Amino acid sequence: MSKTAEFRTCPTTGLKVDLAAEKLIKANAVAAIVFLAIGGLFGLLVALTRWPAVHFLPADWFYLALTAHGLDVLLVWIIFFEMAILYFASAILLGSRLAAPKWAWAGFGLMLVGALITNVAVLRGQSSVMFTSYVPMQAEPPFYLGIILFAVGALIGTFVFFGTLVVARQERTYQGSIPLVTFGALTAAIIAVFTIASGAIILIPTLLWSLGLVSHIDPIVYKTIWWAMGHSSQQINVSAHVAVWYAIAAMVFGAKPLSEKVSRMAFLMYILFLQLASAHHLLVEPGLSSEWKIFNTSYAMYLAVLGSMVHGMTVPGSIEAAQRARGLTKGMFEWLRKAPWSNPAFAGMFMSLVFFGFIGGISGVVMGTEQINLIMHNTVYVPGHFHGTVVAGTTLAFMAITYILVPLIFRRELIMKKIAQWQPYVFGIGVAGISMFMMGAGTLGVARRHWDMTFADAQLPFDYPSAAFLMMGLNGIFAILAAIGGLMFVVVIVGSVFFGRKLGVDEKPSYPEVPPAAVAVARHGSSESLKIPGTAMMVGIFFIAFVLYYFVNWKYLSEVWPLS
Amino acid sequence: MAITPPTERNWWKEPIAKIELSWIIIAFIWGLIMFFMMIYWHGAGQQNLSNEAYQIKPDKFAARAQTMIDEYTVREENYFPVVHPPPGSDVYLIARLWQWWPILELEKDQSYRLHLSSLDWQHGFSLQPVNINVQVHPGYELVMTIKPDKAGEYGVVCNEYCGIGHHLMVGKIYVTE
Repeated sequence: MSKTAEFRTCPTTGLKVDLAAEKLIKANAVAAIVFLAIGGLFGLLVALTRWPAVHFLPADWFYLALTAHGLDVLLVWIIFFEMAILYFASAILLGSRLAAPKWAWAGFGLMLVGALITNVAVLRGQSSVMFTSYVPMQAEPPFYLGIILFAVGALIGTFVFFGTLVVARQERTYQGSIPLVTFGALTAAIIAVFTIASGAIILIPTLLWSLGLVSHIDPIVYKTIWWAMGHSSQQINVSAHVAVWYAIAAMVFGAKPLSEKVSRMAFLMYILFLQLASAHHLLVEPGLSSEWKIFNTSYAMYLAVLGSMVHGMTVPGSIEAAQRARGLTKGMFEWLRKAPWSNPAFAGMFMSLVFFGFIGGISGVVMGTEQINLIMHNTVYVPGHFHGTVVAGTTLAFMAITYILVPLIFRRELIMKKIAQWQPYVFGIGVAGISMFMMGAGTLGVARRHWDMTFADAQLPFDYPSAAFLMMGLNGIFAILAAIGGLMFVVVIVGSVFFGRKLGVDEKPSYPEVPPAAVAVARHGSSESLKIPGTAMMVGIFFIAFVLYYFVNWKYLSEVWPLS
Repeated sequence: MAITPPTERNWWKEPIAKIELSWIIIAFIWGLIMFFMMIYWHGAGQQNLSNEAYQIKPDKFAARAQTMIDEYTVREENYFPVVHPPPGSDVYLIARLWQWWPILELEKDQSYRLHLSSLDWQHGFSLQPVNINVQVHPGYELVMTIKPDKAGEYGVVCNEYCGIGHHLMVGKIYVTE
């Protein structure tokens, strides 16, 4: 371990920036965006094929593209970016040197090699088994090998993060407790260890099985453990993007958490309960009891949902409090009306917050209700839901913070500011449309992962209602919008990283705007005359929407054939 | 700020604002309501997935289904046997690449014990347009009691990806008056 880390001083924050950490953040962020572009392209092809009037790809290519899409965006883009966030939240925010940068590079290399191996395996055409690769359907051995290598690399990165926390504490680079954003990243990292361990437990035997060394893998055991990885990895995303919300609120508004205690408790709820979510994928499986399903699917009485609902108030609440402290106190929403809507970091972050709550969050809880799952399982409602969480939530939040990272970490001025300004809206509205129309089509019964909703070549005929065709067509149109938004992001960021004007050593970036000083919301916690009526109103609207949508779906359920 | 260490060293002793505390309490109670709603529906609701399941070898399941088909086939349609089993009986539906076998003909407002299993990969039983969706595994047999409450022609779509012929896998259930 080298003790001779080199630093520069950040002209904006005054923080010491470890150059080794900075290089790793750049490498991981660039790899992430490359795979976002590849995976996003596959996603567009999938959506165009599911648009009945276009029906773009032939069947074999459709299933191949869908496998690659899931893999490249859900796994590769997000975890590469999360590595960048982990290094940023540890070394940079704590002003510390990164522990073991060589190990971090080894982890990066393994992730890159793993991602390439699995992508090649998929493109060879013999591994179109979907991202989930449910047994007994079998992929070629390199498919599993690549994912395992990628996971090992991510695990190394996670331990470099833990190591950096230890180094920072020992070398006293900060006073008191770690910042809230670092705490959120720590939450993500702890869940990541559980996630990757689950992945190893199931994917290593599956690799041996595809090599012919193991004779049988039970499909229900596979699914239970696979989703302990698959769903928990989405909880890494939630923790990471909530941390990003807090970070952007702090960087753009100088917002202070309403209460450190409440926000940290909410993160703690994630660590304690989110792992139970494997059950969300097993609610209509044979051989698992209702008791097990109810306890697990509700995260032990919805305690992790409670965490998210708390963040849903404290993040906008901290922004409102900071804006009011600046004098934007008129009425209920002056603080929001006069927020910097042309700053893509804020616009992206705020849409991520709203869409994650209203679209992804509510639909997830409803779909994860034991009995309601019967009328939604494996319909296209499911991808509708998780495009609301992972794309409108996580991806949009990660895009938003990239606009801040490029000037701060890459030390380049953003180019094409007009395009940057519009990008979150184009992408956000596109993804919101994708989510809602897929959910609509799913309510009408349309199957997910399905090449031909007309069943033209099937032995027996079946017709979905015409409204379902309309929904899938609208899904295609909004997918094009989202793809344009994605392309705008890639062009602006890659363009800025390579061709943006280099910032001088002591130059503070002027765009996106970052206010000079933090606004102290209250001296002592949030108890002193905290006024956030706008946030309270938004939370109230959210709650009413949640309750109504929840019971409407019980009503739908009560109308189907009785079964017991 | 959230990106700097807390300004108060003893942040865990800070009081919580009323508005935050109220929301935490409301959200917690809402969680309890949603939790107990699932338990309540097991008693009061008509739509609950059965907990009855067995491990079974695919050839054994196929043989049992064949016995039913031999006994109760009433006609043929597109090379599929159409089976009309007596109300209240055990009915079998085979999922395999890429068929739901056979076509079932049930009577309205009668209960049947429907046995579902796969002979090869995983499949998804998706009854349309009712929109009841149940996962079907090889090696496991799910037994659920169903009571069709409307006459008509229903499609059974496969909604678990099962290879290149996945989109060809459509079955049929008739419900007669």
